[in-house]
Amino acid sequence: MRLRKKVYVAAGHYTVSMGTGRKEFDPRKPRPGLEHYIQEAGRGVLAQIPDPTVVDECVISNFMAARFNRQGNLAALMPTIHPSLEYKPSTRVEGACGSGGLGVLTGMKSVLADLSDVVLVLGVEVQNTVKAIYGADILAGAGHYASQRKSGHAYFFPAFFSDRAGAAFQKYGKEKVRQAMTQWFVNAVEAARRCPQAQEYHNATVDLYALGNTPPSPQAFVDNLNVFDCSKVSDGAAALLVLSEDGLKKTGIAKKDAVEIVGWGTSVADITKLPEDPTTLATSRAAVQKAYAMAGIRPKDLAFAEVHDCFSITGILMTEATGICAPGEGYDLVNSGGTKPEGVMPSNLSGGLIGYGHYTGGTGIRQTIDNWRQLTGKAGDFQLKVAANRPYGLVISMGGNDKTVSAFVLRGAA
Amino acid sequence: MDLSERYRNAGVLGAAGKMGSGIALLLAQEMGMRKLNPAARGQRFKLTLMDVNDEALDGLRGYLRAQLVRFAEKSTVALRQHYADRSDLVENSEIIDAFIEDTLDLARFTTDLGSLAGCHIVFEAIAENIDLKVKIYTQLREMCSPETFFFTNTSSIPIRLIDERAGLGGRLVGFHFYNPPAVQKLLELISAPQTRADLVVDAKQIAADLGKKVIPAHDVAGFIGNGHFMRDALHGIAETEALAGTHGFSGAVYMVNRVSQDWLIRPMGIFQLIDYVGVDVCQCILRVMNQFIKGEQLHSSLIDQMMERGVRGGQRADGSQKDGFLRYEKGAITGVYDLAKGEYQAVDPTWSAPLDQALGKLPAEHQPWKGLSREKDKDAKLKAYFAALAGTDTLGAKLALRYLKRSKEIGQHLVKSGVAATPEDVNGVLLNGFYHLYGPINEYVQSEVRA
Repeated sequence: MRLRKKVYVAAGHYTVSMGTGRKEFDPRKPRPGLEHYIQEAGRGVLAQIPDPTVVDECVISNFMAARFNRQGNLAALMPTIHPSLEYKPSTRVEGACGSGGLGVLTGMKSVLADLSDVVLVLGVEVQNTVKAIYGADILAGAGHYASQRKSGHAYFFPAFFSDRAGAAFQKYGKEKVRQAMTQWFVNAVEAARRCPQAQEYHNATVDLYALGNTPPSPQAFVDNLNVFDCSKVSDGAAALLVLSEDGLKKTGIAKKDAVEIVGWGTSVADITKLPEDPTTLATSRAAVQKAYAMAGIRPKDLAFAEVHDCFSITGILMTEATGICAPGEGYDLVNSGGTKPEGVMPSNLSGGLIGYGHYTGGTGIRQTIDNWRQLTGKAGDFQLKVAANRPYGLVISMGGNDKTVSAFVLRGAA
Repeated sequence: MDLSERYRNAGVLGAAGKMGSGIALLLAQEMGMRKLNPAARGQRFKLTLMDVNDEALDGLRGYLRAQLVRFAEKSTVALRQHYADRSDLVENSEIIDAFIEDTLDLARFTTDLGSLAGCHIVFEAIAENIDLKVKIYTQLREMCSPETFFFTNTSSIPIRLIDERAGLGGRLVGFHFYNPPAVQKLLELISAPQTRADLVVDAKQIAADLGKKVIPAHDVAGFIGNGHFMRDALHGIAETEALAGTHGFSGAVYMVNRVSQDWLIRPMGIFQLIDYVGVDVCQCILRVMNQFIKGEQLHSSLIDQMMERGVRGGQRADGSQKDGFLRYEKGAITGVYDLAKGEYQAVDPTWSAPLDQALGKLPAEHQPWKGLSREKDKDAKLKAYFAALAGTDTLGAKLALRYLKRSKEIGQHLVKSGVAATPEDVNGVLLNGFYHLYGPINEYVQSEVRA
């Protein structure tokens, strides 16, 4: 299937990913809530266009504000960004940690359906309202609560991915897999140090490898992961515009400042079932393949990838899901520096979910913005030189244990 | 009676005090977890928490609840398994709440000493007063079963004497927790000659169950911890009195406190430690030690004078430090008591700079306690520092070297007089109970101290 019309992304803006690691974060003091982040990200987008009233509709992605913040009906928070959004259409979408990808997709669908030319898509999560042990309960909603929560681990999602790491240890050898997981953490922090909004931006640890290699503590946490293998608990928001050709004109955005979504794919898998092969991300792979097919590209045409690394092991399995290497080869790819900025598949250049942070409902939008930044030369200290013969970027936005996934292939619009 | 049976009916006497509340928490945690053991299903557990003051017991209830929340949050991985068969408890929050409620349900808060009658093990943490302890233990002996074991949290009073005078027949052991008991890992275990062997076995197991590192001490007043601390404090006070002529009393307190913290790389200076323990508690411990240890003057008229002025130190219920030799604001030292004026001299740069100058500079190799405590190779860094200190000709260095020498003498004396079995036990108490980075019996300072 091909896209019937061109769809663009532009004017992205994301906030600092706030939480442990940031110098200004103090869990004992009152902190900004949902509205603060929604307004900061939304206004950051609108400030990039001369007339904010041209926005036709809004989409807001969020996972669990109803529990983290006791707030539902989020669509109606969008008018707090700008008075012109009052009485316009607004829709909230949810797909666990993949909510952001679904938000971009929802904006696209509206443009493709000729319902809107300019869609403000925003993703937000404010998670530091509860301690991690209670946050684990809330995030467990991304699994099948009825059949899995009672028998599940105190740290529900880390345990799923700890099991995946354990399966990879068995299949490919613990030393190689563990080394790759640690290297993934090191790369994430090194990348985050180049992105001022990243949660690990202030990380000054000299020996990151030793830190990332901290032995797991099964009594206090899970069997095969340490806390450095995990994405951050974050507060923040990200927002962008999804536009039609007419939308570019209405907003006055030049093509050199926009990217085109040339392929998308989305897949879900049965949430009530555990993965057949814990060492692969089959749903993510299916979504990516659809996006490649629509874009008419192969993995080697990608300049870089923004993958969903909720845990270090996930990041590595994602490299395999992108098809850049075969199943089982991701560990060597990471260990040999293949996912670093100078590697064959530069990945997560602002730090990913482990380095930049993971405000769950907003992450897919943040990933899309980082694609836009790279492909329009706006990525600051983490800017890559995008070669003309490899002009594409990839986003994989995953929800749950590889259950709700959307993937996008983007390239510069100019 | 086996220990698991004893755990089913435990009591704490003086439960609302600084030490008693921590002991109550440790027991509540242990008993709460034991109650969840499948082998204990259907069994009744009871933790009787007795104190004289109703209001303080209300505070204890709040303290236990708050601390049990923290404990349960850290133990959730295990608690989920313990509550696996409770289909109504699904979320971490539900399991944590259930554990807190189930554990608080064990506790009976009471002001009636008679409530302890059925206890199989009783932990006592009342005032450091032998007559009071003997009186209470006599009552407990009369009301409790002849198989009840008693654990006294004394830090100074000989166990043998309490046991003899209360007629406990070897059912008393010294169980000296460090403050705060829920946090500090060290426990001095003191058995008297008549202490029953099965009690000592149980006491060691209980200490391990409560997560404590046991160091045995001989039944000599003050044991190892206060045996060192009190003599170390008296040395500091003597140095202060000698310096007071030149630098004034407040200046001397300031200088000796600085030397004993910064120059010796300890977590607190000696006067801050006295304040932390309480000037009143120190006076009490000195009295006890002086009463039972012959041939030494374990007494300080300065401590007595401070008490006469009503300067007592110690902590408030919220754990913040009360003023003593030093004045504190949010934990920081902001003043030094002036004995002549009966008020605090503010520690500001214009006042302290000449005193710091008189002490001289610290050697370049110096690292503060906090930084050094995080270093892996402490030994090499300490060696380099003390070598530099020995070659430094400043008043601060001289005071520090004399202090180190005296601390070592005290440690060696504790071994020689049989209070501690080995130098490692003395060092172990100072490392684990006082958070020193090196034991007093060390080879860091070899050279003779200059006059």
